[in-house]
Amino acid sequence: MHIVVCVKQVPDTKIIKINPKTNTLDRRSAPAILNPYDAHAVQEAVKLKQALGQGKISVLSMGPPQATEVIKKSIEIGADEGYLISDRAFAGADTLATSYALSKALEKIAAKHPIDIVICGKHAIDGDTGQVGPGIARRMDIPPITNVIEVTKFDKENRIILVKRKLTNGYEELEVQLPCLLTVEKEINQIAYSPLPNMIRAARYKPNIWSVGDLEAVDKAQLGLKGSPTVVGKMFTPPKLDGGKLLEGAVDEQVKQLIEVLSERKELLNVK
Amino acid sequence: MIEEYRGVWVFIEQSDGEIAGVSKELLGAGSKLAEKLDVPLAGVLLGEGIRELSSQVIGYGADIVYLIDHPVLKHYRTESYMKGVNFLAEKYKPEIFLYGATPNGKDLASAVATDLSTGLTADTTMLDVDIDKRLLEASRPAFGGNIMATILCKKNRPQMATVRPKVMKALSFDESRQGKIIEEEIVLNEEDMRTKVINIVKDVTKKANLADAHVIVCGGKGLGDAEGFKLIHELANTIGASVGGTRDVIEAGWLPHELQIGQTGETVTPKIYFAIGVSGAIQHVVGMKNSELIIAINNDPNAPIFEVATYGIVGDAHEVVPKLIEQVKQLRVEQGGEVSYV
Repeated sequence: MHIVVCVKQVPDTKIIKINPKTNTLDRRSAPAILNPYDAHAVQEAVKLKQALGQGKISVLSMGPPQATEVIKKSIEIGADEGYLISDRAFAGADTLATSYALSKALEKIAAKHPIDIVICGKHAIDGDTGQVGPGIARRMDIPPITNVIEVTKFDKENRIILVKRKLTNGYEELEVQLPCLLTVEKEINQIAYSPLPNMIRAARYKPNIWSVGDLEAVDKAQLGLKGSPTVVGKMFTPPKLDGGKLLEGAVDEQVKQLIEVLSERKELLNVK
Repeated sequence: MIEEYRGVWVFIEQSDGEIAGVSKELLGAGSKLAEKLDVPLAGVLLGEGIRELSSQVIGYGADIVYLIDHPVLKHYRTESYMKGVNFLAEKYKPEIFLYGATPNGKDLASAVATDLSTGLTADTTMLDVDIDKRLLEASRPAFGGNIMATILCKKNRPQMATVRPKVMKALSFDESRQGKIIEEEIVLNEEDMRTKVINIVKDVTKKANLADAHVIVCGGKGLGDAEGFKLIHELANTIGASVGGTRDVIEAGWLPHELQIGQTGETVTPKIYFAIGVSGAIQHVVGMKNSELIIAINNDPNAPIFEVATYGIVGDAHEVVPKLIEQVKQLRVEQGGEVSYV
């Protein structure tokens, strides 16, 4: 069983600062981390491998050379091998160009060792799109199952898995033939503490780094900025909304006014 | 080439014979775009036994309904729905194609955009068109900053976007509206499907409650810590409201993630929304700004939340909220009964 997890290095949005002049984010202010959803994706691969008692977990990332850090982090969680595709030609890619580049790398990985499952995080916390996972699945012509909250059954013999997929109001249970691609929600698992041998292995691990030239049959027109149909047109501060009436006076006075407001607007309320 | 593409399309999400709210909202938003571009608005309706929903799609603003009715389309599945939508888009060539930013809408749009090799903007909260260039201007909060980014797709068609539920306005239903129904047939075999829907479980969880809540008390990181956040629960209990939190609060583990309000959480439209210790980052604001009455309590007079709030109190939540709780309780005693806002 070969599971490949796609991971991304992202700025830690909990810590990141905003440049008050430009209103954009100051990327240098934030440490780079493994996208939290991707950490759960790696953890799920580890869980499946343990449940099956065998298998190999590879991780794949695209990014600058320092993105090897998130591959090492994945090794720490329990991945066996890591690949980074890193090249100026990939830079500026939107989701369409990203899924193309990653699918080319997956092709190369699969040529050596066929892939049974690809797992991605639901979305990356810097782009918040969730479009790359399904995009990869389409390019590999395998079914994408997004928003997975549980893998309930793994039928190795028939190469079928049962999964729960989150919906707007509840969830659905799906039976899926392998190979397939899953994107996972955070609730799918808890990140376990890494055992010491993993940490030692991660510290010493040197990921495979591929440039465009290392991939087969790549159409360069589909890569990076050139291969991206979407562009950022303009940035603007959102239109101001009405409102903004500040209540005045001491705290007691303000609270009193607020109670009056709430009592006045009874039409909004259902006072029993 | 791209001149061949004409018309604005909306993917109509349906289940159990009902059209999703977001699809009605998109018909409303789409009709404005179609009017500006002087083209018809179409709804794309797939499913099994869903023909009678066509009149609803028209009643909510569509001029044309593209319909595929097939047993294999009974439940949403990427592989079957994608086939139908790709077929229609390749045959009729829309210039703009909108989907709800729901689990199924996002899933489908991502797959279709890849197959059609076109641009897709995720979780849009504002839509407009550049009439001369016939460009869709799909805007969404840019990561991190209090700023919006407009995403354009200049050379590829259709221009696609997923749109957050509850930010656009649906038109009121007009039973007398007339439209054209174009039914297509495609070949779909159940045995070719690699996925099967075994079961659909409707779950009325806290998440669903939050989306439907009449009153929400939302806390931010201004509460300080998990202990300070208890104040939010206390106020909510007193007035019978639902509790929500900002992304920071969820990341800090003070609340489970299904209670996150904002761009990557829930979009809510309660009657009353209390934002307490919430700074008002755009990611949060897009998820709550359509609430009817917004009350903000924050100790920073420059916090952007005050620009959204109907009423604001500049002050320490730990001082203001206990007093508010006390006065509500007082009011309850005075009125000799129960005051509940639910």
